[in-house]
Amino acid sequence: MKIHEYQAKALLREFGVAVPRGDVADTPAAAREIAQRLGGKVVVKAQVHAGGRGKGGGIKLADTPSAAEQAAGQILGMMLKTPQTPPEGIKVRKVLVEEASAIERELYLSITLDRARSTHVVMASQAGGMDIEEVAAKTPDRILREWTHPGLGLGDFQARRLAFGLGLAGDQLKQAVPLIRNLFAVYLARDCSLVEINPLVVTQDGRVFALDAKLNFDDNALYRHKEVAELRDLHEEDPLDVEASKYGLNYIKLDGNVGCMVNGAGLAMATMDIVKLAGGEPANFLDVGGGASPEQIENAFRILSSDPSVKAVFINVFGGILRVDRLAEGIIGAVKKLGLTLPVVLRAEGTNVEQGKKMLADSGLALTMASDMADGAKKAVAFAKGQKA
Amino acid sequence: MSVLVDRSTRVVVQGITGREGAFHAARCKEYGTQVVGGVTPGKGGSTHEGFAVWNTVAEAVATEGANCALIFVPPAAAADAIMEAAAAGVPLVICITEGIPVADMVRAKHFVGGTKSRLIGPNCPGVITPGQAKVGIMPGHIHKAGDVGVLSRSGTLTYEVVGQLSARDIGQSSCVGIGGDPVNGTSFVDVLRLFNDDPGTRAIMMIGEIGGTAEEEAAAFIKSSVKKPVVGFICGQTAPPGRRMGHAGAIIAGGKGTAAEKMKALQDSGVTVVKSPADMGATVATVIGK
Repeated sequence: MKIHEYQAKALLREFGVAVPRGDVADTPAAAREIAQRLGGKVVVKAQVHAGGRGKGGGIKLADTPSAAEQAAGQILGMMLKTPQTPPEGIKVRKVLVEEASAIERELYLSITLDRARSTHVVMASQAGGMDIEEVAAKTPDRILREWTHPGLGLGDFQARRLAFGLGLAGDQLKQAVPLIRNLFAVYLARDCSLVEINPLVVTQDGRVFALDAKLNFDDNALYRHKEVAELRDLHEEDPLDVEASKYGLNYIKLDGNVGCMVNGAGLAMATMDIVKLAGGEPANFLDVGGGASPEQIENAFRILSSDPSVKAVFINVFGGILRVDRLAEGIIGAVKKLGLTLPVVLRAEGTNVEQGKKMLADSGLALTMASDMADGAKKAVAFAKGQKA
Repeated sequence: MSVLVDRSTRVVVQGITGREGAFHAARCKEYGTQVVGGVTPGKGGSTHEGFAVWNTVAEAVATEGANCALIFVPPAAAADAIMEAAAAGVPLVICITEGIPVADMVRAKHFVGGTKSRLIGPNCPGVITPGQAKVGIMPGHIHKAGDVGVLSRSGTLTYEVVGQLSARDIGQSSCVGIGGDPVNGTSFVDVLRLFNDDPGTRAIMMIGEIGGTAEEEAAAFIKSSVKKPVVGFICGQTAPPGRRMGHAGAIIAGGKGTAAEKMKALQDSGVTVVKSPADMGATVATVIGK
């Protein structure tokens, strides 16, 4: 799960990580008030779940409270387009108004899981404010890494090593070491999947703080962080994804027109692959899970067919825990409720397959049966192109 | 011959009084696996659907000589269940549970590393040696005893390849699901080593997916050490970057972990790489000359 920058900074503040003074506003008047309170120059930053906001016009400097009000007026309600947003952009509903600082150095700090080592890694670089993936690819030696102990966490000596590596000394070193330690504390305490501070800045008056903050969370751990789960902003997610998650379905909308409904993530990916190999484009990734109930199948079918770009549906199920008779029950229920306007190709194997196929045959539904994956993909793609299978 | 599980495997099911645990304990037993009973803390001394229930894994080891733990405990308590099994000295711990927090698995994996136990999973279908023992949730009837070793990060896609193999009358020595989570116990390399050393395995079918570097590490190991023919498939060739495709581990992050990279790494190591998931069984048949 992702959260907004203003939410991330509030969480960092709670854990003693230095961030600029500021507050969030959803009207220009509120932005003006905050600027007044802060005094001096401020930055007005669009709050959306996407990077590259500055280039898209989502970050503006303001010298006075009325300039802040004006900037907020321009940003609030705009469709912000960045390389990380959908082509139509994301609507900005909130802005963060923060004190502006005279920056001397921009550094980089992040924490995430290192899968290859099965533990958390803290990364730091003097190349802050840049695209860190590019830095990592071109000059890997400019990124410092400290792997935390799986049981004991981050040692102070490791935090010091990173701070020294960032070229910090004296008072800045004294600020940076606890900052790194506290950053790891929030990462662990809140089950983050990513903490990224880009940039971490040193100001001309010698302060060290997180100028930007990105926090992502492990979805599997949200059950033990109610206060984090409440920060979810449904405006930032695809409505169909949100609908699917309500029913415990794994759904990701894609650009094609062949709707796919599959059990299991691996088989779902392989089904997308084979649709593409058959000359079509998958409209989605949809994993109904290992033990989907007829109700879940019904909801999956409804969500799938509510996407207007879907021209044909390919159901590919290899039933282990998910029995084919229960799948059949779900499909029959869904079609009875929703009507069947799209061509549906079904390929099913596994537990109780004969019983399931008989139920579908007896239901009188106009399904096209496929003998295997390749046959199913070929037929579904042909339907999506308006041909006969 | 086989790897990991066989007729001598004695399974204790952790979380046996739950819906999934009870259902699959019975399916494993039906298949012929020696399921000696289960563990649910607080319900020790009772029986559940014909299975003895203990409070601790240690009791199951002491009374029944359990040498394999099969875990269906819910995600919040699953990492602890893994550590309990390892602490009880169970040599093989297979965790089916999906959705365990990553930070819990980091600790549990470290803990298991300090014991003599081997962890398979989590978020995996388990291990089956056709005709001998099924320790997991895979549909037993699609398998056939034989000499092709199957290993995979995915559950249902493994069933797909097994279905294709059995349909061609190609049996399997063992099928091992290592799981779709970013932190798991046993890697591709570990299982490849087992298959390579197993005289009952003639060829290996490996199914990888996008995300991480486990397939690249497997490719390097195959090149340096595996003497048997390997057929590989990577799913997620059409997955967009930055989106998690169901499995917590299946995500192309920072341009890394793409299917194309993994397929190339395998190809460069002498693996016969299959492009279409429909051709997995046929390719194995060609490779072993069947």
